[in-house]
Parts: sequence; C-alpha cells; structure tokens
Amino acid sequence: MTIWNDYQLVYSLSEAVEAYDQAEKPVRFVSGGTDLLLEIQQGSHPAMNTLIDLNHIDELRELRVMGELIFIGAAVPVSQITNSPLIKEHAMAVAEATGLIGGPQVRNSATLGGNVAHALPAADGMISLVAMNATAISYSHTDYSKKNILDLFKGTGESALEKDEILVGFEFPVKKSGEGSAFDRVMRPQGVALPILNIAVWLRRKGDVIDDIRIAFGPSGPVPTRALKVEEVIRGKKLTDVTISRAKETILESMKFRTSKKRATAEYRYLLAQALLEKVVSKAWNRAGETK
Amino acid sequence: MKKLENIEICVNEIDYSLPIIDGEMLSDLLRERLRLTGTKIGCNESECGACTVVIDGDPVLSCSYPAVKAHGKKITTIEGLAKNVGNNGNAYTVLHPLQDAFIEYGAVQCGFCIPGQIMTSYALLEKNPNPEVKDIKYALKDTLCRCAGYPSIIGAIQAASESIVSGKPVISPVIQTSKVGKRMVGQVRRRPDAIAKVTGQAIYSDDIQYEGMLHARVKRAMIPAGILTELDISEALALPGVQAVLTAKDVPNAKTHGLFIKDWPVLVDIGGPIRYVGDAIAVVAADTREIASEAIDLIRFKYEPLPVVSSAVQAHLPDTRKIHESGNLLKHIKVQKGMVSEGFNDADVILEHTFHTNPNDHAFIEPECSIARLTDEGKLEIYVGSQIPYSDREQVAAVLGLPESQVRIIGQLIGGGFGGKEDIAGQIHAAMLTMKTNKPVKLLFDRHESLIVHPKRHATQINIKVGAKNDGQLVAVQTELHGDTGAYASLGEKVMTRATTHSSGPYEVPHVNIDCYAMYTNNPPAGAFRGFGVMQSAFAVESMMDSLAEELQLDPIELRRKNALRVGSVTNTGQVLKDSVGLLECIEKVESALYKKAGPNPFVPVQDPNDPAIVRAWGFAVAYKNTGLGGGAPDKAGAEIELLPEGRFEVRSASAELGQGLPTVLQLIASEELGQGTEQVQVLLSDTDLTPDGGPTTASRQTYVTGNAVKYTSKAMRDLLTSELAERYDVSPEKIEFKEGLAQIDRQEVQLSTISQNLRKDGITPKVSYTYWAPETTPLGKGGDMHVAFSFAAQAALVEVNTITGEVKVPEVIVANDVGFAINPLGLKGQVEGGIVMGIGHALVEDFILEEGRVITDRLAKYRIPSIYYTPEITSFIVEHPTADGPYGAKGIGEICLIPTIPAITNAIYNAIGVRVDKLPVDQEKIVTELQKQKQFA
Ligand SMILES: Cc1cc2nc3c(=O)[nH]c(=O)nc-3n(C[C@H](O)[C@H](O)[C@H](O)COP(=O)(O)OP(=O)(O)OC[C@H]3O[C@@H](n4cnc5c(N)ncnc54)[C@H](O)[C@@H]3O)c2cc1C
Ligand code: FES
Ligand code: FES
Repeated sequence: MTIWNDYQLVYSLSEAVEAYDQAEKPVRFVSGGTDLLLEIQQGSHPAMNTLIDLNHIDELRELRVMGELIFIGAAVPVSQITNSPLIKEHAMAVAEATGLIGGPQVRNSATLGGNVAHALPAADGMISLVAMNATAISYSHTDYSKKNILDLFKGTGESALEKDEILVGFEFPVKKSGEGSAFDRVMRPQGVALPILNIAVWLRRKGDVIDDIRIAFGPSGPVPTRALKVEEVIRGKKLTDVTISRAKETILESMKFRTSKKRATAEYRYLLAQALLEKVVSKAWNRAGETK
Repeated sequence: MKKLENIEICVNEIDYSLPIIDGEMLSDLLRERLRLTGTKIGCNESECGACTVVIDGDPVLSCSYPAVKAHGKKITTIEGLAKNVGNNGNAYTVLHPLQDAFIEYGAVQCGFCIPGQIMTSYALLEKNPNPEVKDIKYALKDTLCRCAGYPSIIGAIQAASESIVSGKPVISPVIQTSKVGKRMVGQVRRRPDAIAKVTGQAIYSDDIQYEGMLHARVKRAMIPAGILTELDISEALALPGVQAVLTAKDVPNAKTHGLFIKDWPVLVDIGGPIRYVGDAIAVVAADTREIASEAIDLIRFKYEPLPVVSSAVQAHLPDTRKIHESGNLLKHIKVQKGMVSEGFNDADVILEHTFHTNPNDHAFIEPECSIARLTDEGKLEIYVGSQIPYSDREQVAAVLGLPESQVRIIGQLIGGGFGGKEDIAGQIHAAMLTMKTNKPVKLLFDRHESLIVHPKRHATQINIKVGAKNDGQLVAVQTELHGDTGAYASLGEKVMTRATTHSSGPYEVPHVNIDCYAMYTNNPPAGAFRGFGVMQSAFAVESMMDSLAEELQLDPIELRRKNALRVGSVTNTGQVLKDSVGLLECIEKVESALYKKAGPNPFVPVQDPNDPAIVRAWGFAVAYKNTGLGGGAPDKAGAEIELLPEGRFEVRSASAELGQGLPTVLQLIASEELGQGTEQVQVLLSDTDLTPDGGPTTASRQTYVTGNAVKYTSKAMRDLLTSELAERYDVSPEKIEFKEGLAQIDRQEVQLSTISQNLRKDGITPKVSYTYWAPETTPLGKGGDMHVAFSFAAQAALVEVNTITGEVKVPEVIVANDVGFAINPLGLKGQVEGGIVMGIGHALVEDFILEEGRVITDRLAKYRIPSIYYTPEITSFIVEHPTADGPYGAKGIGEICLIPTIPAITNAIYNAIGVRVDKLPVDQEKIVTELQKQKQFA
C-alpha cells in the first residue's frame, strides 16, 4: 500500500480542475500535506490513488493588498504569513495564530487553505480568520465564488466545500485606525497533541469604548462559531473590570465547552476561556490604540 | 497538461534526473536512491525534525515531503555542508562553522538528531546570521534531541554565528574540567566520532543496505490479554513479494527470551497467552517494506479475550487473574534495618503519604533496527545498536539452537538508548527470517511500534512513612512500593531492587523497613531506564523531606544536611560508606549558589510584578545512585589493546556507546596510561568477535568497570612493550618511556610503528587483554557492601507557575554532582544538561498513557518529550570525592543527574503555590483545581 500512486503538480486552477476530473479515483487536492499525508500514513484516512498538488498555482501563492482588502492565497506557507510585515500590520491575530501552527519546518509546508479545509474546530489559523470575519474565495469548475469563512464547515473534520472545489484564498478588510486583533492559546504538554483552547479577537475602539468586537473560541462545538453573546455584552462598552466580568459571566452562560478525554474538562476550558478572553481582548485593545 | 516524466532536482549542487516512484517521500529518495543517509528518520510523523533538509533556503521535513514535489528545487542535506577543497594529493574537508561548533561545544552525543539540528540551524543562520537565543529556540522548537544537549546546541549556534559574521574560526567554549586533571584524563577532548556525526557520514543500523536484502515486519497482538485460538497466514504468504511468514511453530529451539528471566515468548503460539499489546504473533520478510506491511495486515488471528490486569496494585490482589503460571509477583524485595516500630515510637512527628509515578518511554530518536545476514562461511551476523551485545548473542543463539560461536553481533552506533536498548527488539526475528530465507533481513521498528513494544519505566506506587525528632533527626522510614513490571520480567527485579534500597533517601536512618512488590501486569514490560528505579523512590522521599521540614518548621536544606550520608554512615542495607561521599559538599555548593541568586528566602513565593498570575519559587532536592551492578552480581569487563602496525593503539571492548561518551573515556584512559595523545589511540566497541565482553551498558557502570579494565589493560600493554624493548635494546626497564607516537629507550627514540612491525616480524602480536572484576559486593539482606560506589547530587530548581492556566516552567536549575573524578569533562557536561532536561520532561511533559493495557500515546505526537523551549539556565558544579577503586577515583554519572530534578521541581511548585504534586507528571489542570479549592477554603 502506497500513500498515492500518482502525485500531480498543476500550475493553474483550470489545470487543477481538469486533472481532478480526469484523475483515477480516489483523488484529493493536497497543499502542504501536513495533515493529509500524515493521516493516510497512519491509517486514519484512506490512501489516495491521485493527489493533486496545488502549491504551484500562482494565484494561490499570493499575499497582497488589493485596494481595501488583504488577500492571503490558500497555498501560501504559513511561515510566510506569520513573518509577513503586511499581515503583522493588518491582522496580528492571523500572524500570531499561523506562527503557532506546528514547528518551523511544518510551517514551511503547511498552508492556511489546508488548515481551513481540514475543518477541525480548533485549527489555529482558521480561528483567527473567523475573528477577522474573512471571506473565502473558492474555485469550482469554471467559477469563483465567495463565502463567509463560517459557511465552510459541516461538522468536525468535514468541510462544506464540494469535493472538486478549490480554496483560492481568504480576504478581509485592511486595518483601519482604531482597529486591532490578537490570538492566543493554551496547550497541554501530555497526551493528545491538540490545543485545549484558543481564542482570536478583533475589535475597533472609538475613544474609550469598544465600538465593535468579534470573538472566536476553538474548540467550541463541532464547527467553529463566533461567541456572539459575549461580543454583545462587550460591544459599545468601555474596557473596564465590570465589562470584563460581565463578559466572563456570559462565557459561562452562553458557551458550550465540552470535556474531551485526556485533554481537558469542560470546567477547565471555561476557566481558560475567561482568562484568555481578558488577556487577548486587552492585547487587541492596546494594539487598536497604537497610532498606526 | 503534460505529465511529469522525471524528477529533476539539484542535491548538494549535483543535478539529478530520476524516475518517479509512487508514494515516495523525499527522505526515501535521498536515503535509498542517492544513499545520502545523513538525513535521519526518527519518527516519520513530522514530530522530531531529524529528517530536516533545506529546500530553496527553507528547512522542511523530508519524511513527509513527497519526492515529486521537490521537482525543480535545490536541496541541501547534511552531506552538502562541509566543503572539499584542494586537489588530488592535497584534498581535505573544511567543516562548516556549525559543524565545528557542534563538536567543540559537546553538542554531539549519540549524534542521531545532529544532522537535523545542524540543517535547521544552517537555514536559520543563512537568513539571520546573528540570531538571539530566542530566535534559536524558535527555529529549533521542533528539532528534538533526546540526549538533550540543548544548552550546548544553543552555545554552538551562537559560536558558529560569531564565526560566520567575523570570518574567524569558531571560538572554543570554556568547559569546566577536573580540579585534579592529569595529562589526559580530566581534560577536554573532542569525541572521536564527532566529525562523522556532524557530516552525516556516521552509520547507524538503518543506514546499512545489502544486495537482495529483505524487509521484515512483525504482526503484533494489539490486544492486552487473551488466548490465541486461530492463526491464518495463508493470504500473507500468497502475496507476491513475500518471502517468508514465520509463526511460533517455526521457532527452532528456545521458545522464550529475556535478560535474566526468560519469560518473553519469541512468538505467541496457538493456545498460548497474549500478555500485552506488543506480543509478536507472526513475522514476515518481503522484498520491500511496503509489501511486508501489507502482508501483516493480511494475517488473521482469533483470540479469546481475558480480563486485563492493568496496575501493580490490582495484580497484587489475591483474586486477580494470574498472568504467568508462577503468579503475578515477580519479586518481593525487602530491606530491613533496626526495628522500625521502635523508631516510630521514638519519633516526635510521623508523616505518611502515597505517591505515584507514571511509565515513561525512552523516546530515543533512533528507533530500533536489526539486520541479520549469513556470511559465506555460514556465520550469522547481526548488525544492531545494542546496549548488551553479548547478551544479544546468547539469546539469539539459544532461540536458533546455534552455538554462540556461530553468531556474531556487530554493534552499530546507537542513536540513544537510556536503558531502552538492553532487551531484545528485532534481533531474534530478523535472525530467524535470515535462516529461513538465506538472505539479509532488515527489521526496522517505526515509531509507533517502538512506543508499543519496548520496555518502559516502571510505574510505581510508593507509600512512605517517615518519623523524626523535633530537631529533624530522622528515626524511622517505612515504605511500601508496588512496581508495574508489565507483561515480562525484563530487568524488573533489578530495577525495583534499586527503587527499594534507595527509598529511604541518601540519609542515615537507624530504623528502616521496606517492602517492594514487583508485579506482572498486562501493560508493556518495564525495564531499564536511566535512573533505574531510583528516580521513582527519590520523588517520594524528597517530597516527604520537604513536608517534614514544613511540619517541623526547619529549613529544608538544613534538614537534609542533618541527615545526609557521610563517610562512616551506614546505609539502609547495612553498608558502611568508606569513602567518596560528596553529598554534603554538593548541598553546600548548591546552597551557596542559590542564596547568591535568590537572596535569603529562595523558598518563599514571589509574584511577578508585571503579571500577578505568575508566581515563582525555588525548590530543593538531593539524591544518590549506585554505580555498578552490585548486590552480589559478578561485575566484570574485559578489554583488549593492540599496538597496530601503523603505530596506533586500538582499545577493544564490547561495551556500548549510547552517546554518553564512552569512547572518549576509554581513549583518555589509554592515552594517559600509555603516554600517548588521543590521536594515537582508537577505540573499537561492541563486536562479539573482535571485542571482549564489557558487560551490560547499564547501572552507570561503564566508566568505572570498563574504564578500569582499559586502565589495567593499558598497564599490561606498557609492561609487555617495556619488557620486550628492555630485552631487545638491552636497557633497564626504568630507562624506557612512552611518548606520543614513540618510545624513548634510553637516549634513543623509536617509532611505535617500528616497534609494532619488528615484534610482528618475530611472530609476536603486540596485544594484551585483561578482565577487570569490580570489588565483590554482597546480596541484599546480607549487610556488607551492596555497591562498589554511589554518586551523589543536589539540585535547586526555580519554577514559574501560571496560577490561572496552571502551566509550569522551569527557567533555572542549580546542580552539583559528586562524580568522583571528572574523566571526560565534555561528556560530563552533556550528561548533566541532558539529565536535567530529561528530568524536566519527566516532571512536566512526558506521560506514557495506558488504558486497560492499551497504549494511548502510540505516536511521538502524543508522547511528547522536551523541546529546546524547556532548556533552563543551568549552573553546574562538579564535586570530586574520589572512590578508591574507581579509575582515578571516578564513579558513575549517567543517571544521577536526572534524579533530583523531578522532586526539586515539585517541591518548588509546593513552595510557589502550596500544591503538593504526588502523582507524576505535573498536571496543569489539577494545579488549577487545587488552587480553586484553596480559594474556597481561604
Ligand atoms: C507536527 C504538526 C503540528 C501541527 N500543529 C498544528 C497546530 O498547532 N495548529 C493547527 O491548527 N494545526 C496544526 N497542525 C496541522 C496542519 O499542519 C495544519 O492544519 C496545516 O495548516 C494544514 O495545511 P496543509 O497545507 O498541510 O494541508 P493538507 O494536508 O495539504 O490538506 C489538508 C486537507 O485540506 C484539503 N486542502 C488543502 N488545500 C486545499 C485547498 N486549497 N482547497 C481545498 N482543499 C484543500 C486537502 O484535500 C486535505 O483534505 C500540525 C501538523 C503537524 C504535522
Ligand atoms: S523523521 Fe521526519 S520529523 Fe521525525
Ligand atoms: S545527540 Fe541528539 S538525540 Fe542524541
């Protein structure tokens, strides 16, 4: 049993689609392969006859500003994202999250497209994109389409993309004055190599008030969600101890954290969620206050 | 769209065009097709970084990088770093500054991870020639070193960076040497194998290939308990490319193996018991590894499940199912001194508590690999990185029904052992398949198999009760231990004996009573592991000492000093310590450094002024550990020295080098005794045909026992040469002296090569051998000297606890080790650093998780070991209280450095936040829960 029989390099989206249609099945797209190849090797994913490598499609390797939007190609290695001055300026949450994926070598292969398409509810890069309210651009047959990042998931490990649909990239607005974002997570050294909890926050300050905020926790259910209730109690408020403790209470009332064996109990997750919220909101707040 | 025909790549500046192979990873292409075996495979699951190569400037993991994907790219591997300069007659190699610096700093130990470390560092320096420590840690985060010379690695990268930026050679580090160093011993010397290890030329078992070699895989039970009822290998046999499938029916002679107690079946027979998940059901040899893997999936078997015995305590209950016919008790070990009940009557305070330690995996970066083959003369050769080659030979011969002289174990470089390469892994299976097929057979474990199969550290439950006077004088210690030795004995009895005898700590206690039960269970076997049982009992006893200090309101250091073993003390087994007890000096060294660093109250918690969630405090612990087998076991090592025709001495012993630096130690000793420099002495290890038995590489015994053997052999060699020369040149022996490369005979200088050649002409081979017997020891229970020597240590650890998340860090450690005499200071540094980092790993990171006999942590992604991020700042003191019979006074060091780290950390946690950790490893969630409880009651 080999992991694949045919590994194809393609150089454009149309080539990728064509290759997919003509490939001997089963077939899969692959980017960094840091999830997919390992899963096949370890028997938790069936072996593939054909793998179509998306890394050489220029469009998927771009990272740029387009007018009012930042675009991150789905196949840009996450090491490049985390080190990008552009991303550090406009989306610190994404820079921080991608900087924590695996180790340096893994980051030179791993991509944001793979991180999102793999559809795990606590994928670091994906959670940061949720807080950025990113739009995903995908390509299927001959058409591009745009969806909100949250519309890409069906269940744990199950994306809403069509089998032959390719993620091209993600876009979100450039940072405007008074905006800031941040990401953090807590790991556990032993047992299952998955984060216990991560959080990404984006917010906009107006004077001493949090004018708008987006918060995403992972894992907080089978598919990623925003912590809308928590956002609500913070939105329009000043960043005070009262606001934070109201927000913490709302975490207890509205979030649904689960106990996962050998990783964390729900109680511990609630505790961490509260601590991380305070820390990450204030980090984003301070960034939002920086002049640029 | 045109299909790719060939992979076009440039590797180390050479262009290749290679046909595409389905499913091939870049590491396979490099290792198998280009024979660039410097790129290592440690895990094959993107966790360890050993396979790192640089592609177009970026470090990537070649084990999970499809070869096709490298099409059109430029690849640099470890073999491409050193540059060959000069021409024909005058060609030589110039090492990259990183390679130089890794050697100079002693960052090279077993060497298996080193290509990955250097390639990752190379990519870093190419992008950032002047990295700060934090950049280095960031870049090397996932390039694991189990020998854990992380501080040396960091130092080496900084030195290489300076050298690159300044254009000057690498500046050597200042390394603490022996205070009483001689001309050679006690001085810093490069490892003899260092250059091979930094250039990727060093050959480990998996790097060997033979024409027509078959690949073997083992069908494992994967269930913890049952009776094998049916076995069907027909489909596997029918698979094209399969050359042999063997089952228990094919085991020619002895059906079981084992180091002392032979209770481990080579293959489980129909009707026979399955006792753990790693039990072997069948073995397959096929043309390729892929075919062999496919074949084991085609082997079907049925079994009747049996209730699983999953802990030592459960195994000891009277109604528990018997795993072996002899019962579940492998051994009841007892220590008694004085009358413990009297002691407790005398005590002003009595404390009692139960502690639990977990199993650990050695997680050496090199997985087990054996290659068997038949020579033209019909001799069976096995190439394997083994800690005990002579024991391998004995066990292989017994199972195959061959005389031992027909079997030759050729020990290879070992990519880390730590005790985990003492038992049989694939040696016997590979040999059986070779005998069946008449072809060379390689049996390589993948990481998953390694984690499931080989013996672990004993999970131990320790109940300890201590009694003391108000002034802190210990009067009685009583402990009861339950050690989980898993499915088979391995070295369980020995390990648990050490746990038992060390369980009242390095203290003089008048009344001691200890009962230890080493129990069989359906867990993976437990055996030797650096620390050898003493780690477990030290955790319990040193935690209790801190509790006692608190109870009596005494300073924890003072309490230890008061009770510490010293010359003249009687241990709990009745041994009177005659010399070499440096514990008090270790305590003083660490204490004064601690006060200097932390002020007068190191054990009082301090809140971080910038982050109130962070609390810091120091903790303290001491330890001792026997050197040598002891307990009445004959402890001997043979060595042989030959003066080769070209004038170099070759030292031979079948002791194993696991990375700890044995070749350097032996080279230094022989050079010292023979008046030579290290260039004139080479060392050959671990070949049962060429090197005499050095005994097992275990119990911190090699420096002492094999070191002595080499010392005495060297003397014998000197005597032989002196008497021959005295006669030939007709001078009195006092007028003969040996110097680098020559003999000074009266006023005449004669090259050693000339001497060797002249002797050979006359039919005399200048070769001597000697077997050294360590001083006799007495068995446990008989009083007297149970061990030839003990090493001692004290440590202080600073912890940083995040009171909100429960996360714990260890930023600083102070350590003093009494090693008798620091023969090889560079190796000692590596052992100390590696021991401390492994200790931090055991305390905070590593947990081999079992659930009803099944292994949950069956990948390196789940059994995590410390990365470079865990490297603390280390202040290390060498204490040298020589032991009379050790070579120049030296005793063991390999294990002691790990032992006190763990309780020093857990004591520090208690000091910081008042939570007593009594179960390893530290669980950050539990810390938070305990802190919450404290809040509720406050
Ligand atoms: C050692 C290690 C540590 C890791 N640590 C982390 C961590 O800390 N945090 C974290 O979030 N993840 C982690 N991961 C997981 C993984 O690296 C990331 O999820 C990574 O971003 C996946 O990207 P990839 O390009 O390698 O995906 P691939 O493995 O190539 O693909 C994953 C899935 O996505 C699909 N896919 C990929 N690209 C596209 C595309 N453009 N369009 C449509 N479908 C696509 C594939 O078909 C596949 O199903 C780790 C992995 C390893 C090996
Ligand atoms: S072998 Fe590739 S990361 Fe371990
Ligand atoms: S030298 Fe790094 S694993 Fe041994």
